[in-house]
Amino acid sequence: MNELLAGLLEAGRLIVTVDADLIEISLRSLQVTLTAVAIASAIGLPLGCWLAVRRFRFRRFVIATMNALMGLPPVVVGLIVYLLLSRAGPFGVFGLLFTPTAMIIAQVIILTPLIASIAHQAIRELWAQYHDLLISMNTTRWQRIATLLWDGRRALLTASLAGFGRGIGEVGAIMIVGGNIDNATRVLTTAISLETGKGNFSLALALGFVLIGLAVLVNLLIHTLSRTEVSGRW
Amino acid sequence: MVTSILPLDVKNAVVRRRGKTLLGPVTTTVSDSGLSIVMGPNGAGKTTLLRLLHGMERVSRGGSLRWQIPEEEARARQAFVFQAPIMMRRTALDNVAYPLMTHGVSKKEARQRAGAWLERVGLTDSAQKQATVLSGGERQKLALARALIRKPEILFLDEPCANLDGRATREFETLLMQAFKDGTRVVMSTHDIGQARRLAEDVWFIHHGLILEQTPAAEFFASPKTSEARAFINGDIVE
Ligand SMILES: Nc1ncnc2c1ncn2[C@@H]1O[C@H](COP(=O)(O)OP(=O)(O)OP(=O)(O)O)[C@@H](O)[C@H]1O
Ligand SMILES: [Mg+2]
Repeated sequence: MNELLAGLLEAGRLIVTVDADLIEISLRSLQVTLTAVAIASAIGLPLGCWLAVRRFRFRRFVIATMNALMGLPPVVVGLIVYLLLSRAGPFGVFGLLFTPTAMIIAQVIILTPLIASIAHQAIRELWAQYHDLLISMNTTRWQRIATLLWDGRRALLTASLAGFGRGIGEVGAIMIVGGNIDNATRVLTTAISLETGKGNFSLALALGFVLIGLAVLVNLLIHTLSRTEVSGRW
Repeated sequence: MVTSILPLDVKNAVVRRRGKTLLGPVTTTVSDSGLSIVMGPNGAGKTTLLRLLHGMERVSRGGSLRWQIPEEEARARQAFVFQAPIMMRRTALDNVAYPLMTHGVSKKEARQRAGAWLERVGLTDSAQKQATVLSGGERQKLALARALIRKPEILFLDEPCANLDGRATREFETLLMQAFKDGTRVVMSTHDIGQARRLAEDVWFIHHGLILEQTPAAEFFASPKTSEARAFINGDIVE
């Protein structure tokens, strides 16, 4: 109980004093995860939509694989990306290992199946509703996909936010490919892990509270923005 | 002069699902003008017939649908109003503008023309409402405006007034008759014998997936040829 309280106080102190280290790693956390979410959404949302609209032979197989990949253990992803990016690996020449870019790559791999899968669910329902109408209107496949993406945008936003939630709290993969290097690749989750290891529970907890606060803040912000957009249209 | 897509020749068209024959064989000609009413008991195949003509059902082997121009192009010059109107998650205005926007008209012009159509069907006040909050009658009028906005040569309607009250039905019929007078070929199914008497030029009576009669309306109501049609008109149960 004492430690929780101390952690809360420490969190307050860090925020009130605008602690430079805290700001830096918080911003890096946001930068890495938001970039990863943006890329994973750019791939996953149309992919989920396409899988809902298109019938082809291996569709079920692809969907099952995607759903299975949703549960991909981040450490394994981290390990694979590590091997690919390491000096001896196929992409070693780019020198990406232990950079924020490597962390983004790992998170994109983790988040894309999740976002695609949730998007697929949502769009499938919308497509069942729209199917006859869009077929009757002689729309092209791309028009159908664009229409579903646009009209289903609130559900798709939820998919992206779920991706953000998973990404911002993820530690296994970015620890491996980022290396938790001070001033370079340290983010909130890896810092928590480090401080916990060192026995600095109150600092670790403080970072944890900041992490939770950040996640809530981003969700609130995006929901508020999307709601003003909707209320403006009524 | 642009070639009309009509008349449509239908030969031995059969619709099957999982080995069961739902409709047909149907052999008929849809002439290039007129207002035809499709009638028949529940499950007779009215919806299936309309969907077949509109190209939304697969024709089993041996059957054919032949328009005056290639099927692909003919599809773009038809419209369909569904029994339960499908409202897109957009404003009423954008619902009506949608078919124009997907066929190369700029957003601005599409909205302008959609606005004019909303006025014609009396929905101007609802233009900026989400279509999903409209009432049943308003939805059907919106669906009609959306179907007509690209000036289809043939319009299919599947029991469009099934859930409307008397007044909404009258309003809908007035709009439909206007489109008909403007030259649109109309094929519509209905359960409402009164509506059929008011609108039909000719009646297609179907039962168990077969077209039993295709007769001018006056003749159909005065002296139906089949016992099934007679029973149907008298309000008896059709066996
Ligand atoms: N997707 C489907 N799968 C299997 N059977 C179907 C399907 N759609 C329709 N049917 C069957 O085809 C027959 C004709 O259906 P249809 O909907 O065309 O009838 P209808 O005349 O429009 O009836 P209603 O007046 O109730 O609208 C019915 O027996 C129905 O059960
Ligand atoms: Mg029906």
